[in-house]
Amino acid sequence: MRIGLFVPCYVDAFEPEVGIATLELLERFGLDVHYPYDQTCCGQPMTNTGCHQEAAATEALFVKNFSGFDYVVAPSGSCVHQVREHLTAIPQTDAVRKVRESTFELVEFLHDVLKVEALPWARFPHKVAYHANCNALRGIDHARPSELNLPYFSKPLNLLKKVAGVELVNLARPDECCGFGGTFSVFEPAVSAKMGYDKVADQKRAGAEYVVSADSSCLMHQKGCAERLGLPLKYIHIAQVLNGAAA
Amino acid sequence: MSAEDLHPREREGVVNPVVRAATDESERGQDGRRLDHAEGTSKPIKAPPVREPQPRGAKIRGDRPIDQAEAAERFLAAPLHAAAHDERLWDLRKKRDAAAFGIPEWEELRELASQIKTHTLSHLDLYLEQFEAAAKANGVHVHWARDGAEHNRIVLGILRDHGARTIVKSKSMLTEECGFRHFMAGEGIEIIETDLGERIQQLDDEEPSHIVAPAVHKTRLDVAEVFARTLGTDPDNDDAHYLAESQRETTRPHILNADAGMTGCNFAIAETGTVVTCTNEGNADLSGNVPKLQIHSIGIEKLIPRIEHLGVFIRLLSRSALGSPITQYTSHFRKPRAGTEMHMVLVDNGRSARLGMEEFWTSLKCIRCGACMNTCPVYRRSGGLSYGATYAGPIGLIIDPTFNKRKYSTLPFSSTMNGSCTNVCPVKINIHEQIFAWRKVLAEEHQIPLLKQGMMKAAGAVLARPAAYRAAIGAADSALKVLPRFAVYNPLNTWGKKREMPDAPRQSFHAWYKENRMKDGAK
Repeated sequence: MRIGLFVPCYVDAFEPEVGIATLELLERFGLDVHYPYDQTCCGQPMTNTGCHQEAAATEALFVKNFSGFDYVVAPSGSCVHQVREHLTAIPQTDAVRKVRESTFELVEFLHDVLKVEALPWARFPHKVAYHANCNALRGIDHARPSELNLPYFSKPLNLLKKVAGVELVNLARPDECCGFGGTFSVFEPAVSAKMGYDKVADQKRAGAEYVVSADSSCLMHQKGCAERLGLPLKYIHIAQVLNGAAA
Repeated sequence: MSAEDLHPREREGVVNPVVRAATDESERGQDGRRLDHAEGTSKPIKAPPVREPQPRGAKIRGDRPIDQAEAAERFLAAPLHAAAHDERLWDLRKKRDAAAFGIPEWEELRELASQIKTHTLSHLDLYLEQFEAAAKANGVHVHWARDGAEHNRIVLGILRDHGARTIVKSKSMLTEECGFRHFMAGEGIEIIETDLGERIQQLDDEEPSHIVAPAVHKTRLDVAEVFARTLGTDPDNDDAHYLAESQRETTRPHILNADAGMTGCNFAIAETGTVVTCTNEGNADLSGNVPKLQIHSIGIEKLIPRIEHLGVFIRLLSRSALGSPITQYTSHFRKPRAGTEMHMVLVDNGRSARLGMEEFWTSLKCIRCGACMNTCPVYRRSGGLSYGATYAGPIGLIIDPTFNKRKYSTLPFSSTMNGSCTNVCPVKINIHEQIFAWRKVLAEEHQIPLLKQGMMKAAGAVLARPAAYRAAIGAADSALKVLPRFAVYNPLNTWGKKREMPDAPRQSFHAWYKENRMKDGAK
């Protein structure tokens, strides 16, 4: 199975460990993983600001980089949501459609495509609060959101439960947005930061040592909020935990 | 000593012995537990220890874009108000969840309601004519208003015909849209709002900040201050019962003596020509039934085909809004009482134009429950007045630009697009997707700040060219490494103002990959 690894721009710049863990984790399953060297971004910053035309060239580059793979995998629900739902600024050729359909977020790829049953190398003996990124939760169906009266399921928690030692703690507002919101975090900083403060306070009250999420962007925001408030919380991407990070 | 002898503050927790114990007739959740009525179980939020001035809303400067972020920042600078607002509305969201999960067929109901509304809106011309014919057959005078101004003129004409100078009215978002109160004040007509929250807002000369709970951004102390100033109550008594009773006692004489009564409309039934209102205070009944002249203002999107469809919406409305199975009053207004006159004004005010907007017409399905506001993390922390519009919160973000694209051009950006609003919407409006779609429309029509568009153009140019992107990432890394703290945490850096910056890693993933996996140049 030929996999194209997409490392989102902010992971590339700020959280390279997440990209490394994703690569190594996929390789543990014997997959043929390629990292297209000229990749940049999925176009989300521009698209979410309404500037679709400004995103067109970036989207075209994304498709060019990621054509010819069986699957494209990225450690970000938000970027995958962009590719799958909103990569529409360029003509929808067969090649574009193929790339969009075959792009998966890491958790859903492990859960739904590889149907991973065990992660014998992974051990994480800590109290963990899981943070559900909104795009992963409500955009690409990682789990049953708290608003819907439907049968419960959670793909990320199913995977975390396969990691030895993980003790999950419950948040009072389990899937309330943390306030990152992409450019929202800089254009509406007061509300964004307040949402972040409330989120990290909830994590602290729940007794978490670590906060685990499938999106580095939310974690970067929450980490910044927790540090500013002086809360001793640690933030780590699910790829690192599943890959056996010793923390 | 009886309960009446106690000071209102001391009366809390005293149950009147004539109050009946809960019976087994009430609805039960899936776990078999009795479902409580949301308002009956609302806990008073602890009175703030110190008086904190109420933060005011967005600055309105004609058609200039509303600065919601600025107003929200001022709201958050009043931490007691901000905390009470968030806590109260989150409580409603939790009650909504309990009520929704108490009905196994909840998701089917939402789908059904959405389909009924979609069908009705797709045949709106037919149902409106059917409604008009049925209402006329009931002896009702039916009027058509193209916009808010025409609505106001029509109502004024009706009042003039009867020599009416005073109106009692129940809450209506439509009349807020029409600027009805301000217009009538200029014509010398006295209007008394009879909904408690709406009355508070009227006395404080504020716009509503929430569809269902118009004064939810105010604390009891704020209300005590407004009532002391306008109704002459004790400024130091912020007891909720005392305040509510004061409003009640001062409003009753107006209700008894008003020349005309007005209500809005929750549902208009085409088959029977009936206007249905849903309230918890019974004030729509008093407004409609006491005066000899009654007027109902109806947005044309309120139509549903038949009375049998009403139950679907009644089951959804109050559960979504407050977490209670039904509003205390569900009132059907169909025919004038003997010796009285009944008027219905069907108002378009931009709705037909919205119906023609391919990406946005389904916002007309809205039944004004406010669930999207209660769940919205941005709304809860901003206060409804920060939106500077009749409709605040998620539904406001997608409706307001249809009224004034320039003034409300900023609102669709006051969202993280987290999607919770869409999931709680009882008629399944894809609210967060419409917020996304509005951003595109506004950018294409250059209704977003030049600076923002310029930044996105620059970002797009860099991100489309790998070499330029690599150079930019390298610069970001090294800048973070070498810039002293004061340069990073300056007022222009809106990230660093309230959050710590991420650590700059030793190298980017890209650099790591090149160093560790490309030594042989194989990949």
